[in-house]
Amino acid sequence: MEMNQYLSIFLDEANDHLQALNENMLRLEQEPEDISIVQVIFRSAHTLKGMSATMGFEDLASLTHEMENVLDLVRNNQLKMNETIFDALFKCLDALEGMVQDVVGGGDGKADVSELVEQLKAIVRGDAGKPASAASAPGGVADGPLVATQLLLDQYQLSVLQQSIESGLKVFHIEVFIREDCVLKAVRAYMVFELLERNGDIIKSHPSVQDIEQDKFDRSFSVYYVSQIDEEQLKAAILNVSEIEDVTIMQVDRSSLAELDQSKEQESQAALQAVKAMRETSAAAPAASAPAASAPNASAPAADTGKKAPAAQAKPAGGAAAGRTIRVDIDRLDKLMNLFSELLIDRARLEQLASEVRRNDLTETVEHMARVSSDLQNIVLKLRMVPVESVFNRFPRMVRDLAKSLDKKVDLVITGAETELDRTVIDEIGDPLVHLIRNSIDHGIEPVADRTAAGKPETGTVHLRAYHSGNHVFIEIEDDGRGINRQKVLDTALKRGVVTPEEAKKLTDDEVNMLLFAPGFSTADKISDISGRGVGLDVVKSKIESLGGQVTVTSAFGKGSKFSIQLPLTLSIISAMLIKLGSEKYAFPLSSIVETATVRRDQIREVHGSRVIEYRSSIIPVLSLAELLESPDYRDDQEEETEMLVIRKGEKLAAVLVDDFIAQNEIVLKTMGKYLTNLQFVSGATILGDGQVALIIDPNSLIK
Amino acid sequence: MAEELKVIVFTLAHEEYGIEVDKVRTIERMAPITRVPKTPPFVKGVINLRGVVVPVIDLRGRFGLPETEPTDNSRIIIVAVGDLEVGFIVDSANDVIDIMSDSIEVPPEVVGGVKAKYLSGVAKIGDNRLLILLNLSEVLNRSEIIQLEEFGE
Repeated sequence: MEMNQYLSIFLDEANDHLQALNENMLRLEQEPEDISIVQVIFRSAHTLKGMSATMGFEDLASLTHEMENVLDLVRNNQLKMNETIFDALFKCLDALEGMVQDVVGGGDGKADVSELVEQLKAIVRGDAGKPASAASAPGGVADGPLVATQLLLDQYQLSVLQQSIESGLKVFHIEVFIREDCVLKAVRAYMVFELLERNGDIIKSHPSVQDIEQDKFDRSFSVYYVSQIDEEQLKAAILNVSEIEDVTIMQVDRSSLAELDQSKEQESQAALQAVKAMRETSAAAPAASAPAASAPNASAPAADTGKKAPAAQAKPAGGAAAGRTIRVDIDRLDKLMNLFSELLIDRARLEQLASEVRRNDLTETVEHMARVSSDLQNIVLKLRMVPVESVFNRFPRMVRDLAKSLDKKVDLVITGAETELDRTVIDEIGDPLVHLIRNSIDHGIEPVADRTAAGKPETGTVHLRAYHSGNHVFIEIEDDGRGINRQKVLDTALKRGVVTPEEAKKLTDDEVNMLLFAPGFSTADKISDISGRGVGLDVVKSKIESLGGQVTVTSAFGKGSKFSIQLPLTLSIISAMLIKLGSEKYAFPLSSIVETATVRRDQIREVHGSRVIEYRSSIIPVLSLAELLESPDYRDDQEEETEMLVIRKGEKLAAVLVDDFIAQNEIVLKTMGKYLTNLQFVSGATILGDGQVALIIDPNSLIK
Repeated sequence: MAEELKVIVFTLAHEEYGIEVDKVRTIERMAPITRVPKTPPFVKGVINLRGVVVPVIDLRGRFGLPETEPTDNSRIIIVAVGDLEVGFIVDSANDVIDIMSDSIEVPPEVVGGVKAKYLSGVAKIGDNRLLILLNLSEVLNRSEIIQLEEFGE
């Protein structure tokens, strides 16, 4: 079987399972008594193990297998979760993640997991009073994996079978005979495999799946199969597949398994015979096998039913989700987006032509097309929207580890994880958020002793919120820590030369807080490896600004601080006002325009050498776009009456004088390439209906 | 062993220059250029190259030669080096020739008013034809632009 085509699916699902494992482990840490969580974790680990083994990532499989052993004891109430176990399991998750990342990077997913495996085995062994049967599986693995690999069933598969029997599932050895005149044997075999996998797991097949798919087998093949359905049903189902001549099914029990285990030197056929022989002796009482397996501990039947119930629930839910979503290559979405952008440019061109031609039927058609394409635009943009969850979900784990290493107690409360953002923003927002959260925990939340002294609860809380508002998404990180110390910030700023003493006196609290984002600023008394290298927050700020967003901070000393990030919903298409400046055209993002108006020259007043205008009973500065952009053929001081845009940056307003308004339009953002960077006043470019390039003005750069 | 090199030949102030053919994306006629404010004078602006916004520089200005108005013969040569894609305005571009690598010599200090650091060599073709080969990474070196940016602020 060609595995490469499944690799991306494997990686996607492995990541999903790892994420689920992480999340549930954290939940379990909160409620160590909740066995249902253990069940969920166990299932994730089990699936991951199966997938890894199928894909041939042996180290992944063996580590998950050992994790399963530990979890199995826990869910059977034979082992209580404690800190050592949590830490060991978390370490395993890290190792697994590392291996999966290695595979992502084109590696073979191999890693030395022996130490972790030993640790897990120690946990399994270490618990006194644990029933012998539970220890036999992992013990067996330790005994002779080297010899066992040559067997029909290797040690790993054996112990899977063993555990399946212990957890009350049925293990069958199935031999399928295909009719002699069958033309497409491989297809029939495949149908049988598919049928089997719908109701259970195939542990081992002979010949191998590859050989069967390549038709390299005679008329029959055999498999070891784990399932809940009974023998009769199974037989009927398999015989239902066309061109299957006969099928022999025998149930494998513990003792025959043990026999298999011992018959190490025997050839595979001989091993088969052993099973057959075993079957004859044990056939009289097949039902006895299950109770025999679970006899050593009384709690097993309880755990057994516990396992079956959630499994039954999980199936329909999984089926529904699978039917409603598909995974699409991101490149294809990008391509779709690019093509759609081209269409938008043509639409603008058509609208322009239609308005020139002035033919009713043409205008109508163009208008209809405009409506359809704006609906299409909404859909295309939505396709690219991803819930911020995909970024947020790695934080609980990070916060846990961080709090532990700093010896603090921190609760992370996430709200609005379902809020959607453009994928490009999602890709970029992770690092800044990591930094802000680390910052909150390292600098914000106090050590336990300080918190109790301040009369706060021992456990600090960090809120991570996301919500939509208008054309923006807000992400807030709020902690109930010590807040920002104005004096300390000012002192550091003065020391580092970020502000002069004169400036410092005039700064408002908010302005002082913004000093945290100044380059080369760090207030941490000692430099820790978590944050506080003084390179952090200014990088955060510039990253967020490069995404067209803003970051602000508010704080109450002693009570906590709140970092608020405002981000645009999408980065690819924006609404903009097109303006004219002599022969040149520019685009202003609509999101920052408050109002458009006409002004007469005499309304503009001169105060202390700078021009201002009265706007809704406040005085705002007047900027000449022609002057700022050094327009070659337009000057606004010759005009008696001119147009102005009132723009906003945070709380600040400014009036921008322009030559004329052209239209409000949806424009497609284009980058200016790598050659022209750090441009003043310009954030990008767009292509207009007439094929000309128009620059997009960055309003934030106009307001100082 | 001398290797054969394919180069695009263009003229600039009566001198012939060459750019290796694999560095050249396309050659375009002059198109409307949108001025980009606050850039060095030799950066003429950006053009729409089939949906992609590409910056354009005047090679005369880049080399400190006197700039002239574009004529019917003027062309924009779009070159791609690494992840940089830039258009060069040249007086004309009309030939592709093969040169042997052993006919390339180290350029003298100044050729046709262009500093040697922008050149990778001078190739002799025939008896009295000289082809000046550009050192593209130096021509596209942004550090000079950055210096100008800082100067402007």
